[in-house]
Amino acid sequence: MGVRSWFEGWPVYRQLTGTDPLGRGAAAKSDGSRALTARTDTADSMARSVCPYCAVGCGQRVFVKDGQVSQIEGDPDSPISRGRLCPKGAASKSLVTSPLRQTTVRYRRPYGTEWEDLDLDTALNMIADRVLAARDETWEDVDAEGRPLNRTLGISSLGGATLDNEENYLIKKLFTAMGALQIENQARI
Amino acid sequence: MAEAHPVGFQWVMEAKRRGAKVFHVDPRFTRTSALADSYLAIRAGTDIALLGGVVRYILDNELDFREYVVAYTNAATIVTEEYADTEDMHGLFSGFNDDNATYDQASWRYEGHSQNQTTRDSETQRETAAGLENESHGAPVGGETERDETLQHPRCVYQILKRHFARYTPEMVERVCGIPQEKFLELAQAWTENSGRDRTGMLVYSVGWTQHSVGVQYIRTGAIIQLLLGNVGRPGGGVMALRGHASIQGSTDIPTLFNLLPGYLPMPHHANHPTLDAWVDSIAHPGQKGFWGNARTYGVNLLKAYWGDAATADNDYCYGYMPRMTGDHGTYQQVLDMIDGKIKGYFLLGQNPAVGSAHGRAQRLGMANLDWLVVRDLFMIESATFWQNAPEIETGEIAPERCRTEVFFLPAASHVEKEGTFTQTQRLLQWREKAVEPPGDARSELWFFYHLGRIIRERLAASTKPRDRALLDLAWDYPTHGPNVEPSAEAVLREINGYDVATGRPLASFTEMKDDGSTVGGCWIYTGVYADGVNQAARRKPGSEQSLVAPEWGWAWPANRRILYNRASADPDGNPWSERKRYVWWDADKSEWTGYDVPDFEKTKPPSYRPERDASGVAGIAGDDPFILQGDGKGWLYAPTGVLDGPMPTHYEPVESPVRNPLYRQQANPTRKVYTHPINTLNPSPPQEHSQVFPYVFTVSRLTEHHTAGGMSRTVSPLAELQPEMFVEVSPELAALRGLSHLGWAHLVTSRAAVEAKVLVTDRVTPLRVDGRIIHQVWLPYHFGYEGLVTGDSANDLFGITLDPNVLIQESKVGTCDVRPGRRPRGQDLVDLVVDYRRRSGNLVHRYPPMVTTDVADTSSDQEA
Repeated sequence: MGVRSWFEGWPVYRQLTGTDPLGRGAAAKSDGSRALTARTDTADSMARSVCPYCAVGCGQRVFVKDGQVSQIEGDPDSPISRGRLCPKGAASKSLVTSPLRQTTVRYRRPYGTEWEDLDLDTALNMIADRVLAARDETWEDVDAEGRPLNRTLGISSLGGATLDNEENYLIKKLFTAMGALQIENQARI
Repeated sequence: MAEAHPVGFQWVMEAKRRGAKVFHVDPRFTRTSALADSYLAIRAGTDIALLGGVVRYILDNELDFREYVVAYTNAATIVTEEYADTEDMHGLFSGFNDDNATYDQASWRYEGHSQNQTTRDSETQRETAAGLENESHGAPVGGETERDETLQHPRCVYQILKRHFARYTPEMVERVCGIPQEKFLELAQAWTENSGRDRTGMLVYSVGWTQHSVGVQYIRTGAIIQLLLGNVGRPGGGVMALRGHASIQGSTDIPTLFNLLPGYLPMPHHANHPTLDAWVDSIAHPGQKGFWGNARTYGVNLLKAYWGDAATADNDYCYGYMPRMTGDHGTYQQVLDMIDGKIKGYFLLGQNPAVGSAHGRAQRLGMANLDWLVVRDLFMIESATFWQNAPEIETGEIAPERCRTEVFFLPAASHVEKEGTFTQTQRLLQWREKAVEPPGDARSELWFFYHLGRIIRERLAASTKPRDRALLDLAWDYPTHGPNVEPSAEAVLREINGYDVATGRPLASFTEMKDDGSTVGGCWIYTGVYADGVNQAARRKPGSEQSLVAPEWGWAWPANRRILYNRASADPDGNPWSERKRYVWWDADKSEWTGYDVPDFEKTKPPSYRPERDASGVAGIAGDDPFILQGDGKGWLYAPTGVLDGPMPTHYEPVESPVRNPLYRQQANPTRKVYTHPINTLNPSPPQEHSQVFPYVFTVSRLTEHHTAGGMSRTVSPLAELQPEMFVEVSPELAALRGLSHLGWAHLVTSRAAVEAKVLVTDRVTPLRVDGRIIHQVWLPYHFGYEGLVTGDSANDLFGITLDPNVLIQESKVGTCDVRPGRRPRGQDLVDLVVDYRRRSGNLVHRYPPMVTTDVADTSSDQEA
């Protein structure tokens, strides 16, 4: 190593002689930090998304590396948010990658004291059985004057404001065809 | 707004930087207050008194934007002489029926109208939250009206309004709200000065306004001010609702709500909508003016979207398959029915009522009395674990070995693990691309409901029961893809948009819909989102490359229109009110409306157009009537029908209040929705005895770092770390009075529950002088519960259940309580404490009729009487 390159390897020299007098940019870089790249640069793909918290609708860019979400950033193109995210939106990656997320079906039998495991298909079929049974037991064809009711008041559902329009559409369509009226979501409260 | 919608608040700061003056009204000083030009501390639950004061200030000083008001509102319209005001009736309007505490709205009608066109009585409207249908259009009213454009007729709306609000003086505002007169006048002056051809003002609210037993009337008062000042349909104007979930607007437009169908069509009612014709006529009101006259088209397209080929003209498009309402089937009625054992199964889809709904104990006891419960969520939330971790375990009210509810927890896909659209708070649909596959068993709701429907239809395939035809004939063949057999969200969006049956061509606008079954459309107000076969909600042209309106980012309903009623941004002749406020205008050379936004008007209808007498539908709307979804084309300062608690807002005290209503003999909203159930106990309010048992006012709201019931924030480590504990903000004065120490513990008690919290002694909450006495208010966040990384008692446990009569929203922004130092008791001691408070306060349950404070001698109402 020559004297000159030794000098130039010294941050304070670069700070005094270069274009970074405050030493907060290029002058402060080491070989290690120079080699660092942003996760957003090395991502395999990026999805254009929207923040899942409040209804402002801030744009998000979801970066993916090796099939995993590697970073979520505000979308600077969004005329709503101009790249900004609040503390919740900025924590979206922690939300979707949280170790507390449940990723398997859990089942608690009547009078049970513990959770049990259950296969997803089994759970889906058990729920279908229960929906049909509840519907049969509580079905109302007509009112006291013989006017049609076509319904069950034995089934309720709550939730939808965190879901997609397409999902709410199918939920309402299926429940309506089933005769289930008691469908509500956060918009009521 | 800076706390709960911080990124939206950047635009308030932009406006402030350009000279806008920002006022913040809140019971508690927040980050918004810190950045506002002026902050007004208000007693929770008194905003109508404050806003009514502004209405009076405008009218008394004739500061309204007169050209706008005369041309575009119903100020000049004359009301029948049968109408009697709260001024004449001590806080009631004419038509009040003591038997069921509802109004007969007949006497509120416009002069010359034989009757209001509402087909359902007021009680049915309340039970079915019929007011929600008006989210896309006004209540039905005839278009031919008698008007006095000099505004001098004693029964014109302008004069009625003036008289109704006459007692909302600055002195009364101070007396009711605790806002000093000079602070009130500063607000009123700034608001009114910012009005006219060159200037507009904007009003922003959130659930601090809606979650009241008079919530709809809060918004009405704000809308009256904005109409009087010419701030509707113009850039920089409006009444802006800041909604709190990513697609809560979407879940209202495409409603998972009991009383609505997509596009604000009403769910059929057994008595009022026996046939397709009766149903659509009740919406369209034959002869009615405005766009809603096409209701049959919207209804038939929905039925075709639901039942496809099976829906034909011969069978009334399967209208007979529709379930029918008989009354209130809302979420709070459901919870009481669960407690009473009437409901078997319950789905929870990304909602956590054990923490997020009023009266948490009722919610949990209801869930503990089901046959089965399906919880679909990202995390193990309180509503999934009530049977093992609820506070009622400690009190012995729930025991796992005695709790019969079978619980299925199914993990849900997150927002990055599925594709689809959210509708944000300005009606803007934004498509999200899918980034990754969901982990393990996690699936989208689209997957769950598609496959649940598929399995149910397979089980019933051989059924011959008539009740199963609606399921078997359902159009349910969506394309699927991928290893999880995920249905195509884009195919569903295309069905929502609508298409031509014969050619499959997506519709470009709801005006292309036909009522003969040749088109299909699942939600008429969303038609156009898939115009030209292109997913318009996925458009992402950078904001920096577009005009301020940014029409090529996402897609807004209706018709990609960003400001509703924007015809009002031009004067009656079609010219911009001013260069500064130019937005949409009439281009006389081309004979069409043009501008920066999609005009909210028939494109070629000139400003000079006048309808033939008795013209109906769209043809009945004149060229200078901007409010095209109102039967009379006017913005309503006065609602001749459709608002169940009165044609104009009136200040009533919250259902639980430490003070008597200083304005009228009526204490609380006389038409509020009440549930008489043993679990729904009530704190007394004056003049009832024992109101001093609960002397303090409490209110709740959000923290920046948490979201609603905490399911998406107390489970996320950076957010949990930022706000790790349940706390209560109290003023130094109250802390001294009640012996509370900063960072120590306190507990709050109501007739429902006692919850504990760490004490934050702060000037952010301040005692208010109200009607000659000091009222202490405390504030709590409502995010906490017993699951997640950080836990704490739930503030919503403190509330009872009382609802607004128009939309059945609960009063959960204000209540009364006692505040005590130290932690709350545990186990049976906790039950005993609450029972003792109930005993001392008279063991009240909610009841009709409303409390009438006839013994009050000092109200202005009585002085006149």
